[in-house]
Amino acid sequence: MSLQLEDPRIIEFDVRTDEMLVNMGPQHPSTHGVLRLLLKTDGEVVSEVTPHIGYLHRCAEKIGENLAPQQWIPYTDRMDYLAGMNMNLGWALAVEKLIKMDVPEKAMVLRVAIAELNRVASHLVGMGAYGLDLGTFSPFLYAFREREIILDLFEEVCGARLTYSYITIGGATHDLPEQITIPPGLAALTGHKMDLSLSWIDACLIFLEWLEKRIFEYHTLLTRNQIFIKRTAGLGVMSREMAIDYGCTGPVLRGSGVDHDLRRDGEKIYTRMYEGYDWQVQVAPFDVAPPEVLLGDNWCRFFVRMKEVNQSIGLVRQALERYPTAEGTYRVPFKMATKLPKGEAYLETECPRGQMGFYVVGNDSSNPLRARAKSSSFCNLSVTGPLCAGCLIADIPAIVGSLDVVMGEIDR
Amino acid sequence: MTPAEIHQTLVAKFGDKITGANLEAIDPWIEVAPAAIVDVAEFLKAEESLAFDGLNNLCGVDYFEPDPKKSAKFGHEPHVEVVYHLYSYAHRHAIVIKVNVPRWKEGVADQLPDVPSVAGVWAIADWHERETFDLVGINFAGHPNQRRILCAEDWVGHPLRKDYEFPLEYHGIRGR
Repeated sequence: MSLQLEDPRIIEFDVRTDEMLVNMGPQHPSTHGVLRLLLKTDGEVVSEVTPHIGYLHRCAEKIGENLAPQQWIPYTDRMDYLAGMNMNLGWALAVEKLIKMDVPEKAMVLRVAIAELNRVASHLVGMGAYGLDLGTFSPFLYAFREREIILDLFEEVCGARLTYSYITIGGATHDLPEQITIPPGLAALTGHKMDLSLSWIDACLIFLEWLEKRIFEYHTLLTRNQIFIKRTAGLGVMSREMAIDYGCTGPVLRGSGVDHDLRRDGEKIYTRMYEGYDWQVQVAPFDVAPPEVLLGDNWCRFFVRMKEVNQSIGLVRQALERYPTAEGTYRVPFKMATKLPKGEAYLETECPRGQMGFYVVGNDSSNPLRARAKSSSFCNLSVTGPLCAGCLIADIPAIVGSLDVVMGEIDR
Repeated sequence: MTPAEIHQTLVAKFGDKITGANLEAIDPWIEVAPAAIVDVAEFLKAEESLAFDGLNNLCGVDYFEPDPKKSAKFGHEPHVEVVYHLYSYAHRHAIVIKVNVPRWKEGVADQLPDVPSVAGVWAIADWHERETFDLVGINFAGHPNQRRILCAEDWVGHPLRKDYEFPLEYHGIRGR
């Protein structure tokens, strides 16, 4: 009896898979916290993605209505908990805009240095966690080793390592410390004596010099790694119009080729902090990109973040150089009982994850009538549905990870 | 364009549908009649000299003072407001659009007021309107998928309403 082989294409045509609903999360390690994605799959191909959020919802906005603006600052820390300083700054500036408060030059320089240092820490986590999503563990360990020292430096400044509440209305709560013992991690990495006593600024400069050399290693580990490029390039491509329509901001927007950075294009009260600094907005496409890369794909978004690490290091250096000679004090007093005038102010600032907006409505009372936090991750996540439709299940972590969302900020 | 020019353009096009404006405010705003908001939004996005392609923020504000002792000094008629913060990436200008509606539809408590949805104009409005519906309690008429987004689907009430009462119990979990 002869066996007749059938045409394999016909068999494939006959075998049909039913659509299946798959829950990804809320405890899936690649969903960055408690994000639940409901996938409608046809075999390996995802036809529909519905994000379900709200697992961390605390209604921080309602709490904000019952507190004085200063008292709400610790709650802003817990929104984007990887960039607490930037969150504090956003809220502080929004309130200052409403009450028309002027901040001394020294406080502005201090804010730039601290906020940019926090941006470095945040992007390091973004990079490390993205590697983790794609299955490589070592960049995560390196990123956390570096971030640890930034946290040590922040601890010397304000006592906290994650929820700082450091930048406050009118400036910052403390001045930079004159004399500190070098953080043990930094001493071990750079070969300094453990009991070396130096100023905070010097410790920070030692760290930045050391970090700058390490960035090349990350590029060899991830950016130019063939496996990494295969997993990211040409995937999750977002056009310029789509990014704007879905309200995407920050590295996601710049990865799609929109030349927009609030530190340069924002409102005066914010951009004047960055006046006179030498820096460049990082926008895709990049000359150094591998040939597989398309404008607006995962790789571009990732690379914008990597370039911003260098950019922020430069900004911190320049700010620390200005700091000793800057005029004024680190803070002008703001009384808790200060009445917020009738009116409203909305201000967006460039946080590591995008444009975080704070909207404050005053009504002749010390508590705001409305404290609204417009989250950048919230808007960036809203694009997952259209972005992931038609991709493979294995690509979902690569796409969602490239948006670099923080659930604390989305759910508030 | 300056806020005054934007206001003039809108008044010339929509006439009495533009019900008010404050161009001296910190963020100059223009008030639009609820029924006309979709037309105004489409015009603001499509008109080349305006080109408001970015919806930065959409939120609701409840102007109400539940405490009768304080309500005399409150200074606002009770109402809810939907606030749209718009930005144009092409012209780098911004404007705030407001829509005022009564706190409850026809004065009946728990009947949410209607505001037409702009989710067809800016895609991000979809999620922002869901959040505003969830927290502030405004019904966005014509929204493609108006469900709660942050609170659980069986949650009762809209927490950012000033007269919201905190639940004492939720599925056996004590509230306080």
